[in-house]
Parts: sequence; structure tokens; C-alpha cells
Amino acid sequence: MIQTQSLSVYYGDKQAVRDVTFHAPAGKITAIVGPSGCGKSTFLSSLNRMTDLIPSARIEGQVIVNCCDVQDRNRSPAELRRCVGMIFQKPNPFAMSIRNNIQLAVREHGQRDRQQLNQITESVLRDVGLWDEVKDRLDDSALKLSGGQQQRLCIARALALKPSILLMDEPCSALDPIASATVEALILSLKERYTILIVTHNLAQARRISDEVAMFWMNDGAGEIIEQGPTETVFSKPNHPIAAAYFAGTSG
Amino acid sequence: MNSLTDRLVSLMIGSAAALVAAVLGWVLLDILYRGIGDLSWEFLAQPPEDAGRSGGIAPIIVSTMLILMVALIAAVPLSLSAAAALAQQRHRRFGWAWIASRCLDVLAAVPSVVFGLFGNAFFCVALGMGYSILAGGLTLACMILPILIHTTEHGLRAVPADYHYAAASLGLSRTTTFFRITLPAALPAIAAGLVLGIGRALAETAALIFTAGYVTRQPESLMGSGRSMSVHIFDMAMNVPAGDGRANATAALLVAMLLIINAAAMSLASKASAKLSGQTAEDMNSRQYV
Amino acid sequence: MTKWSLSTLSRLKSDWLFTVVTRSSACVAAAIVFLVVAFLISESIPAIRQIGVGRFITDASWHPLSDQFNLTPMIVASLTITLGAILIAAPLGISAAIYCQFYAPTAIAVWYRRLIELLSGIPSVVFGLWGLVVLAPIVARLGGSGQSILTASLVLGLMILPTVALTTQAALRSVPGEWLAGGAALGFCRSSTIRRIALPAARRGILGGLLLALARAMGETMAVLMLAGNVVEMPDSIVAPARTLTANIALEMGYATAGHRSVLFVSGLFLIAIVAVSVSLAGFGGAVDE
Repeated sequence: MIQTQSLSVYYGDKQAVRDVTFHAPAGKITAIVGPSGCGKSTFLSSLNRMTDLIPSARIEGQVIVNCCDVQDRNRSPAELRRCVGMIFQKPNPFAMSIRNNIQLAVREHGQRDRQQLNQITESVLRDVGLWDEVKDRLDDSALKLSGGQQQRLCIARALALKPSILLMDEPCSALDPIASATVEALILSLKERYTILIVTHNLAQARRISDEVAMFWMNDGAGEIIEQGPTETVFSKPNHPIAAAYFAGTSG
Repeated sequence: MNSLTDRLVSLMIGSAAALVAAVLGWVLLDILYRGIGDLSWEFLAQPPEDAGRSGGIAPIIVSTMLILMVALIAAVPLSLSAAAALAQQRHRRFGWAWIASRCLDVLAAVPSVVFGLFGNAFFCVALGMGYSILAGGLTLACMILPILIHTTEHGLRAVPADYHYAAASLGLSRTTTFFRITLPAALPAIAAGLVLGIGRALAETAALIFTAGYVTRQPESLMGSGRSMSVHIFDMAMNVPAGDGRANATAALLVAMLLIINAAAMSLASKASAKLSGQTAEDMNSRQYV
Repeated sequence: MTKWSLSTLSRLKSDWLFTVVTRSSACVAAAIVFLVVAFLISESIPAIRQIGVGRFITDASWHPLSDQFNLTPMIVASLTITLGAILIAAPLGISAAIYCQFYAPTAIAVWYRRLIELLSGIPSVVFGLWGLVVLAPIVARLGGSGQSILTASLVLGLMILPTVALTTQAALRSVPGEWLAGGAALGFCRSSTIRRIALPAARRGILGGLLLALARAMGETMAVLMLAGNVVEMPDSIVAPARTLTANIALEMGYATAGHRSVLFVSGLFLIAIVAVSVSLAGFGGAVDE
């Protein structure tokens, strides 16, 4: 479960996200939609403190992930990120073998037993439907895989850490339509076991896969949420006039 | 009128460029041509005789390699570690990383003869090493350090941010991220820089005359004095009457080694850029508009 | 869960160690420049105390063994030869860069650039040898022995040409393609686009490159040592011999003692000051960041 309270994100003096209060229920897919450059990705990366990597970024307000305050100084970002998996727009497997892509982080987090590691590898690759495609070449470079396979490997890599939450930043937008459909089906299949947040440009996709929708809009140079609720309600009866125009395809 | 000027300028630029290439090609081929006749197995395997006029340069090759080895052993780990710190830092004006980089820029531009002065005063006299392979190698290490750090830092920075984001999102520590992900990805670029540093060290003369010395004997240990190939060329050309022949042969050998080293650096560099982006290093974007 | 936390703790510890080790390496590497300067200063102090800075200009001549320490002829020689080298390298190097960036077909441009990079790695002692064997006899026909300011400037010009060409090309390459496209859209022909848009936009980078080349020429030792003739007098023509500051250090360091040795360190300090100023100025042009 993810909850934010009056969350604002700044890059230096510039505000990127303003006063976002948001809730993503456990075990559901929540889609975040809106035009490009309105702070969706920034919002997403503030949830697992990836904003720490940008020296000028600063966060105000509260983020609660699994009942813990994300900004708590006693919790290391590494520990947080272990239970919050993240998938990026461009598939970014490491330049190493498929096996090591999955096992590197698991080993780092304390699992050394080879048999256990191989078991985890097989089970997550099965979860993402990649096992049959790659089981004979686990020691080949991950960069030899196709774009869609790479993205599924990245999802498997995140699942291997047994997270409870998955953050996905436009996971299908760099893929061709067929690979995109495969990954979309995969995301749907993960729904029961994980709390999923997915940023997408594709309204049809949001409508197909999500249970909840939050819509971002640029207001005075910073992103705000202007509409939020169950997917069907939001799409059929949006409250905010801008949201209505956006869904109807007449704005943004 | 306009197109006449245009053609005239093209002609001038073209001929200047051709002149540059011709002269540079002339120097290179001339050196190889003059020296290649004297190169033989005996030349490589025998000690010099008659002040170097006959015999070979075997002990000189050994000294050169020992000096190079000392320089690399001292400079490579330090440069890798320093570059790892600098590459992770934004170089904010007057921040520590910025200041360190400017210091290294100045160090890179210190004339080699001044390094010779420093090496003599510091390693030979103050640390009591005397004229020795060790003093010469350490002086060279100071000289090549800025080049190694610069190329390594560039190599590390060229690793796509995607890798860092992926590593951070998996909760990997900075240490693991560096050793398992960034370093392997940057390895060809780092190797290319290393090869360039070796080339620079092999070419160096002025810094070695007063640190490693110019004894032609084979050094018995790192504390012994030894003459590098570059110093040998200088000595044969300037101080030994009728030493030209051996100087030319040594120069041809040195240039041939540098040609091989250069080719190695280029293939590593293109491998590096292919590994990270799948493109060649040349960015010729602006060409199409002119 | 406890297992995870424990491993987190050990990871934080290793991250801390990694940061400390790498950052201190960076500081140690950067501090070497201060070590160099500190040693030069400490070795210079006896000369400055006992002889005084004024006498480096007012003494009758340079006869260190009879206590005469006039450095002016050597400073003049260094500046003259450097100026000569820049006059040769600047037009040719900039033309070569323009050719490479705007005129040459891609395949030729790549090889042209490689040739220039290769030449930047040729040892100065080899350039010196080539000048001695090939160029000096030709220059001797103009008068003098052939070992002269002209010979040294020509070869030094050739040596710093790669620095000028490579930095200029880097500066030209960083001119945004849209600007050049804008020029083409206004109906400029190729030469006016280069003259009116590319060169002004790259001006700072080119100037920075020239300053770096100047620093390199000032500090160059072996080639001028072998080619300039090394006679300490005020040169009266370009075919007259002269001795530069760097050559003086290389020639006399071997036997200099006490005050004499200390004066050589003063000239080293002077060289490092000139070089540091040039490099810092070049840094403002942005050429160093390339």
C-alpha cells in the first residue's frame, strides 16, 4: 500500500510536483496518466527515493509505503528499494548474463546458497513467461535478448527481491506493439500478488489494465493531481472539466 | 563571385591539410626507414659496446620495461580509485572535486623537465633513492597520473545512467554498483586510457635523465640506475660521435612500439563505444549542414 | 527480516569505506601538484636568498661557475622559439581541424584524425633526432650550423600542431548543428558559414587550445635541446643558435651544485608558473573540459 500526504518535489528552486495527496490500494493496479512533462515520473521516483540520485532534488510532505515513512532516517534507501521494485521506460538489463542479472541483487541482499539462487531464478523467469525462451542460455548476455524480452527480464529481476510493490514508468512505450501486448498481459497477471503503480501515456492501456486512476496535470509549472478514483468512474464520469476534455481527446 | 571565394577557401584549407598530412607522414616514414635497416635480433638481444656505437640495446629495453612497470604499479590503482570518486561527483564550481580536477589539469601541463627537477629533489635526494629505476618510475607515475585519471573518469561517466538507476532501484550498494556494473562497462575505455598512458611514459625523456640516470648496464635491482630507450636515443644522437645509426635504430623500434600501442588504444576505444552505445566514436552530426 | 538488516549494515559499512578510500585517493592525486611546487620552492629558496631575483636580469652573463646568473637570454630564447612554433602551428592546425570537421569525407576525416593523434604521441626525442638528421642540414644552407631558433621552431611547431588541431576540432564539433543549418538556410556558402558562424562560436575553445599548445611549447625540452644549438647569447637572427630555459636545466642539472643548482630550480618554478597561468586561462575557454 502506498500513501502520500501533501507531497511536493523540487529540483533546485523549481517545483516539479505540488501538494499531491494520493492513495494506491494493495493488490490493485493504479494507473497514473497525464500529458508528458507534468511530473508523473518525478512523482513515481519520489516513492522509492530514486530522487536521492539527483543532487538538487528535494522532497516535502509525507510518503508512506507499507506503513513506514519513506523519509525515515533510520531506514536505508536500499532496504526500501528492496521491497519496492521499479521498472523503467527503456529496458535496462545489465551488460552481464541473464542469470547474473537476476542473481546479483539477490546475492547482495544476503542470499548466498546456489541452489536457492537457481530456484529463485527459475521461478521469477516462469512468472514473467521467459523461462521457456531462455532456459538453455541463462549464461548468455542479457543484451542479446529482444526489447520485449529485456523488459520482462527487468521485471523478473525486480520480482526476485520479493517486493510487495512494483513501480512502472511507462514500461511498454519503448516496445513494439506485440512485445507491448505481452508485457501488458504480464502486468495483469501480477496484479493479485503485488501492488502496482503504472505511469502510462496510453489511455486505452490505462483503461484496460487498471483498477484505479490518478490524473496529473501541469498547473503553474508544477504537476498536480486533478482527478482520482476507480478507473471506470473516472473514465466515464470525470469530475474535472480538464480531465473530461483530456479523455475525450480534445485537450493535451 | 561568392562561389569563387568559396572555392578559393576550399583550396587553401585543402592544401594546408594536405601539407600537414604530408609532413607528418614524412617524419613518421623517415624515422622508420632510417632505422629499420639496423634492426636485427642481435640489436635486441645484446648489450651495447663501444659507448653504444655497436652491439645492441638489450639492457636498455629491460630498464625501460622496469621503469614502466614501476610507474604503472604506482599510478594505476591510485588513478582508478581517484577517478571513481571524481566520476561520482558533480563538479560544482569551487567544490572539492572541481578543485581536485583543476589541480590535475595543472599537473598534466607541468613540463617534463620540471618533473625531472622535482623527481631529482624529492625521490633521489629527499627520499634517498639516488639515480634509480624506482625514482624514475615514480617520477613517471606522477606524470601519467593526470592522464590516467582523466581517461578513467571519462570512461566511468560514459556508462549510461540507466545502469545506475537500475542498480539503485534494486537496492545495490554503491560499492557493488561500482565493481560489478560501472567498472566492467567502462573497462575498454579505461584500458584505452591506460594504453595511452603507457605510450606517454615510453616517450618520456627529460624527466628520466636526472631520476633514472643514464647507465647502460643492466640494473641489478630497482635501486640501480638504468637508461630508458628515449634517453639512449638522446645520448647516441648528441653525446656519442657517429652514434646516429644506433639512435635511428632505437628510434625506429620505439616508434614501432608506439604505433602498435596506438592501434591497441584505438581498437579498445572503438570497442568501448560500441559496448555502450552501438555507435562509432566519431560524431559527425554537424557535417551534413555545411 | 533480521538477516536482511544485518547485510544492510555491512553494506553501509563497505560503502563508507569505498567513499573514504576513493575520495582520499583523489585528494592525494591532486595534492601531488602542491608537492611538486613545494619542492621547487624549497630548492629555489637558497638562490632567491643568496643571489636575489634582481641578479637574474642584471648580471652580465650566464656563467654559473663564476657566479654570473643572467637568465634573460634564455627567457628570450624560450619565448622566441615558442612564438615561432605557435606561428607555424596555429594556421596549419586550425586549417587541418576545419578540413577534418567540414570538408573531408567521413572515411578520410577519421583517418586524418588518427594520423594527427598518432603524431601527438611521437616522443619529442624522436622529433629532435629527425630534426637533427633531416632538417638541420637543410636549414644550414640559410647560414649558421643548422642548429638554430628556426630549426627548433619548425620542429616544435610540428609537435604542438596536434594539440591545436585536436582542441580546435573539438571546439568546432561542439558548435550546435542548428546554427550551421541556420547559416546554410540564409544562403551562406560553405566558407562564409565557417567564417561567420562556426569559427566565432568556437572562438573560446580555439583560443584555449592555442594556450595549451603554448604551455606545451614553453615546457618542451628534448627537441629544442637537440635543435636550438644551446649557445647562451641574445639571438640576433632566426638562424642563430640559442638556449632555452628547459634546455638549460637539462644541460646543467647533471653537474650543478649549491647556488647553481638552486637557480635551475628557480627557472623550473618560472616555467611552472607560466604553464599554470596558460592552463587556467585555457580552462576558462572550456577547452580543458573536453
